[in-house]
Amino acid sequence: MLFVYVPLAFALVFLLGPFYWMVITALKPNSELYNAERSPLYVAAPTLDHFVFLFTKTAFIEWTKNTMIVATGATAVALLLGVPAGYALARFRFRGAGLVGTGVVVTYLVPTSLLFIPMVQVMSTIGLVDSYWALVVVYPTFLAPFVTWLMAGYFRTIPAELEECARIDGASRLGALWRIAIPLARPGIVSAGIFAFTLSWNEFIYALTLVTASSERTIPVGVLVQLTRADFYFWGPLMAGALAGSIPVALIYSFFVDQYAAGLTAGAVKG
Amino acid sequence: MARLAVRRWLDQERTLAWLLVGPLVLLLLGLVAYPFGVAVQFALSDRTLAEPGRFVGLANVWNLWDNQIYRQTLGNTIVYTIGATILKLGAGLGLALVLNEQLPLKRLVRSAILLPWIVPTVLSAMAWLWLLTPNFSVLNWILVHSGLSQRGLPWLTSPPLAMFSVILVNTWRGIPFFAITLLAGLQTIPGELYEASAIDGAGTWRRFRYVTLPLLQPILLITLVLSVIWTFSDFQVVYGLTQGGPMNSTHVLATLSYQVGLASGNIGEGAAISLTMLPLLLILIVWQIRHLRRGVAG
Repeated sequence: MLFVYVPLAFALVFLLGPFYWMVITALKPNSELYNAERSPLYVAAPTLDHFVFLFTKTAFIEWTKNTMIVATGATAVALLLGVPAGYALARFRFRGAGLVGTGVVVTYLVPTSLLFIPMVQVMSTIGLVDSYWALVVVYPTFLAPFVTWLMAGYFRTIPAELEECARIDGASRLGALWRIAIPLARPGIVSAGIFAFTLSWNEFIYALTLVTASSERTIPVGVLVQLTRADFYFWGPLMAGALAGSIPVALIYSFFVDQYAAGLTAGAVKG
Repeated sequence: MARLAVRRWLDQERTLAWLLVGPLVLLLLGLVAYPFGVAVQFALSDRTLAEPGRFVGLANVWNLWDNQIYRQTLGNTIVYTIGATILKLGAGLGLALVLNEQLPLKRLVRSAILLPWIVPTVLSAMAWLWLLTPNFSVLNWILVHSGLSQRGLPWLTSPPLAMFSVILVNTWRGIPFFAITLLAGLQTIPGELYEASAIDGAGTWRRFRYVTLPLLQPILLITLVLSVIWTFSDFQVVYGLTQGGPMNSTHVLATLSYQVGLASGNIGEGAAISLTMLPLLLILIVWQIRHLRRGVAG
């Protein structure tokens, strides 16, 4: 048991310690924050000053709204493209299926840091640069392949007989997809949606490079850019922003832990 | 009659299949394949933010090879990738083994350890920055007050320690992914195998070596390759913590290509830097596809 609890305790302190540190700092008055004599490990007189600063002196509320729109929009687009494509790959034989399947996995694996430089150019050509709508268009390039891949795996676990019965009863293929397969695949769709939403919420490199107007930024970029200046960091508001920017995804995650873990491990385990 | 013909045409397997995958294929052609082509075109030019530039062939690539900062960055990227991957694999596997035991509050613990993975990485990198920052570092406060060190350590200002710090934070973020995927893998191993090997007199180590490892291997490899791809191309941890400093000692290819291509405006050179990630990525992607494709295109 010693070999279980001791490593587990170390792991928990290491993995969760920074969050404790975030909370402590966000609640600390500056007089404690910048006093090297005081213990940094607890807060004596907690205050909400840093949150007040964050919500009134920065555009944090606007960034939150932008991030919501981007994450919801990009997730919707990714599901609209990925769920039907995953179904087709799982159920239909057609010329080019192998190529499309390979293309989906390749685009899932290609990192965004390979394409952000030309993407700035492409977005400015179609006139979307400097608007968060650029992100709604761009995020599905890595979300939709993942959704497709996850859903193809999920549809394969649903027996095709139910759809075949519906076809014998006169339903079209599209009708069988819409009325039989999609309702049965709902847990998989929820899993893919949660995953896509958190990935969009957290995305950084495209958000940094495609959107430069302050009022159009998402939370990760806004907090980083506006609360750090050259070598000066507003530590209190910065930690308040890090906390406030993490809470929405942490909340959504806490409601859907099992679906999230299923999405995370699906690729590796099912492959 | 025409409506019936359309309906029948729509109901053909081939037609409907292409209608369903078509929008996705168009998106991937337009916003992945085409930008990739643009990246290659940029990399072969001397384009800057101000000038459209002209074709210069492979000049950017040859110049990079002679560029001391680029070589250093390439070395950093390799150290970063290997260091963080080994740590994530070791700690993640250990944690998965621990979580596979009977534990009180197991569900809660399992949910909690995923937190570093799900919150925005740059934001948690800010918490780490504040943990490691020179003047008010809490790590140094602990080191000094426990008498382990006189003045604390320059976590982000000395080149070797800064590399250690970015590797540490990348590891922190990646351990949950390893732990949870490997845990899912462990749970697929039938318990009878352990009972049988215990009856045959195998101890803990031999059971791990001859039962757990071989059965975990496929998942282990897929997880490992995914993690190497992500670590090799990582941007956020380094950008958040050190922006490549001090003296370029923590620059990785992604942060250098951003610095050169967008921050300094040498688009051609920046695109060339990011494309030098391609050879290794291609090898990993091809390897991964051979293991994963069964999941997509049956």
